[in-house]
Amino acid sequence: MNAMNTILEVRGLQVALPSDADRPHAIERLDLRIEAGRTLCIVGESGSGKSVLATTVMGLLAKGLTVTQGDVVLSGETLVDQGRFVADKRLRQLRGTVMGMVFQEPMTALNPVLGCGEQVDELLRTHTDWNAAQRKARILEIFERVRLPEPARIFASYPHQLSGGQRQRIVIAMAIILKPRLLICDEPTTALDVTTQAEILKLIAELQAEQGSAVLFITHDMGVVAEIADDVMVMHRGALVEQGPCEQVLRRPREAYTRMLLDAVPGMTPPAPRTLPGGAPLLVGTGVGKVYTRRDWMGRAKHTDALRDASVAVHRGETVGVVGESGSGKSTFARCMIRLIDPSAGSIRWGDAAVESLPEGRLRPLRSRIQVVFQDPNRSLNPRRTVGSSMVEGAMNFGMDRLHARRTAEELMDRIQLPRTALDRYPHQFSGGQRQRLAIARAIACQPQVLVADEAVSALDVSVQAQILDLLREIQRDLGLGILFITHDLRVAAQLCDRVIVMSQGRIVEEGATGRVFGAPADDYTRRLLAAAPRAELAGA
Amino acid sequence: MSNLQRLWRNSAVRGGVVVLVVLALLGVCAPWLGTFDPSAMDPSFISVDAGTAGQVTMPDGSQIAHTFWMGSDSVGRDVWSRVLYGTRISMLVGLFTAFVAIAFGCVLGMLAGYFRAVDAVLMRVMDGVMAIPAVLLAITLVAVLGANLSTVILAIAVPEVPRVTRLVRALVMSLRDEPFVEAARALATPDVTILWRDILPNALAPLIVQGTFIAASAVLTEAILSFLGLGLPSDVPTWGNIMAEGRVQFSQSPGNVLFPALFLVPTVLAINLLGDGLRDVLDPKFSKRV
Repeated sequence: MNAMNTILEVRGLQVALPSDADRPHAIERLDLRIEAGRTLCIVGESGSGKSVLATTVMGLLAKGLTVTQGDVVLSGETLVDQGRFVADKRLRQLRGTVMGMVFQEPMTALNPVLGCGEQVDELLRTHTDWNAAQRKARILEIFERVRLPEPARIFASYPHQLSGGQRQRIVIAMAIILKPRLLICDEPTTALDVTTQAEILKLIAELQAEQGSAVLFITHDMGVVAEIADDVMVMHRGALVEQGPCEQVLRRPREAYTRMLLDAVPGMTPPAPRTLPGGAPLLVGTGVGKVYTRRDWMGRAKHTDALRDASVAVHRGETVGVVGESGSGKSTFARCMIRLIDPSAGSIRWGDAAVESLPEGRLRPLRSRIQVVFQDPNRSLNPRRTVGSSMVEGAMNFGMDRLHARRTAEELMDRIQLPRTALDRYPHQFSGGQRQRLAIARAIACQPQVLVADEAVSALDVSVQAQILDLLREIQRDLGLGILFITHDLRVAAQLCDRVIVMSQGRIVEEGATGRVFGAPADDYTRRLLAAAPRAELAGA
Repeated sequence: MSNLQRLWRNSAVRGGVVVLVVLALLGVCAPWLGTFDPSAMDPSFISVDAGTAGQVTMPDGSQIAHTFWMGSDSVGRDVWSRVLYGTRISMLVGLFTAFVAIAFGCVLGMLAGYFRAVDAVLMRVMDGVMAIPAVLLAITLVAVLGANLSTVILAIAVPEVPRVTRLVRALVMSLRDEPFVEAARALATPDVTILWRDILPNALAPLIVQGTFIAASAVLTEAILSFLGLGLPSDVPTWGNIMAEGRVQFSQSPGNVLFPALFLVPTVLAINLLGDGLRDVLDPKFSKRV
């Protein structure tokens, strides 16, 4: 590759954070180069500065951040010259024409009150002098190209009428319609299901081959990296850790941090089955169903089956996984099982008690048996209470006095490896992983028999995720907890679960021992799901 | 304490607080600021100009030397004294109306937002109350309950309750589905405790902001009611009463209307300013400066 082919070059870039941040620079002295037709993946955990890099190149830096040093050159044109951006007007001209961007969340990247076609049309009106008919023809052509079904219908549709995958295709269509030389993708598939993710990744690769553009692809998912990257750059706290061809970085990482990231990615091969204590099931659902009824303005009822005929049994010391894509009904199932929502059919037993139709008042004394941990660590603790007060709540509700409850909480802090004095702090003073530990500790404080974990590790970085999974295993071993583990992440399910239940469109399509389901899936949908998981085996790990 | 520091750093909050503290001090220290009994009248000083000085005869017959800084009204009462004492009324009305409206609205809104069964009935009642013009409702209430400070406060607060209820209900409904509330339910926490410890503290910031705006409009509404002669009795020194009294001879002595207005405007402005500042600090989502 010679210098003529270089599309993007960044030299000694330094971006300063506001003075009250945890470190002085979002990005420290970063160099990178992408040639035409190549894909550079930037990998890093949250807070590594990878998104800041993308927004700096686009000239869309968030308020409070300032470029202090360095140059950015986009196909021969200097965008940032020794820390100074070119004029806003020029940047606006370049965006969309020379560089396109695909964002993480397609719903917020599109304007909800404008039709999809109109939004793309706006871009063309700004940057071209084509007439209306030409523009429309071009838009329908590009919709066809990104494989949107019925382009004419999509043209007139609003974003909320499309699925997440279709919306992301619109965003991609907007990013590539003017054939930019550089395509920046910031976690474009993170909000999508695995099967959709596989299709979008394929589409991006195809379009790149077709237009010969350079792609700057930002992700935290090593599986996606293996799928799409030519070159890889690993970032940690704003600094470059390691850079090189994909093969080399993934298979023979030079730096310890890269190795740690790779090791933290769970494998797709389940470990050998464990021997379980067995005994009577602690949590049983039989034929559980949930119908949501909405009435239109005429009062006519419209029924939606969110969950149909789902059954599960969790025994002592056992982990049962429920996997499925978004909208598969797995969360509805979990919420019915803990009676946070009322099931419309089926029976639910907590140990020896049938609870499917118990009113809340009679349910309360039984609630200590089943506890729950949610996905988002930022929202699962009350921000206005100290974590200690959240933690003693459960135990005190079940009759423990304050002193005892406090002592239990302190012991739990030892277990989750946080200092006892931290009980007097507020949730915002902890990191995401620590908050998830606290949420787990709160759940086990009232000595439940079963823990329901609803996507409990999905919002966490891989290294933190590995720690939380270890914690769950350890607690299970010590307390003999049964765990009902809801997840969309097949890798996590493979590593943690003894049995898995695969759900799709509100039904259970397959269930069985993890080894059997992953090794020899019987159902068509399960097979597709497994095939879509990015790079089944990463580095032969 | 860092929260207070953050508040103090906001210039709108600082400005609003300074003005309000000054006004409150004027109200509290009124007896020592060159005033006399605000309802005492001396027939020899009727409608005198601002700055007139002389020996005033008090109702008990004693004589004091006094300067009418803001002149006197048509029955010989000192406007300066009446305006300063009026500050007390306005401050009390603003503060307590906001408090009463928020307290009632909070309880009703939490019930409506948390318990679906209550929601339908309660909100239709609130819609009904909202459909009646606020001043009209206040006039009716004062007429029925009789004119004294607490009924005026109640009369101004009642029309505000539905709006607060709506706000609280919306806040509760979004908080009700937060994971930390669901976790509390899973921990068998009673509903009342969830509302008190998990929901209310997280809904407080927008409520405080709403409270300041209610206070500002309450000060105005009280002045309007007094001005219309429907608020506190006309011998009670309120800014509205002073203005109502001065209205008839506005062309001869405009001071009787202008001087209370000179206090009323900054009061309302300062409360609104404080509210804007509080919103910027407590509720960054709606901040003007993003």
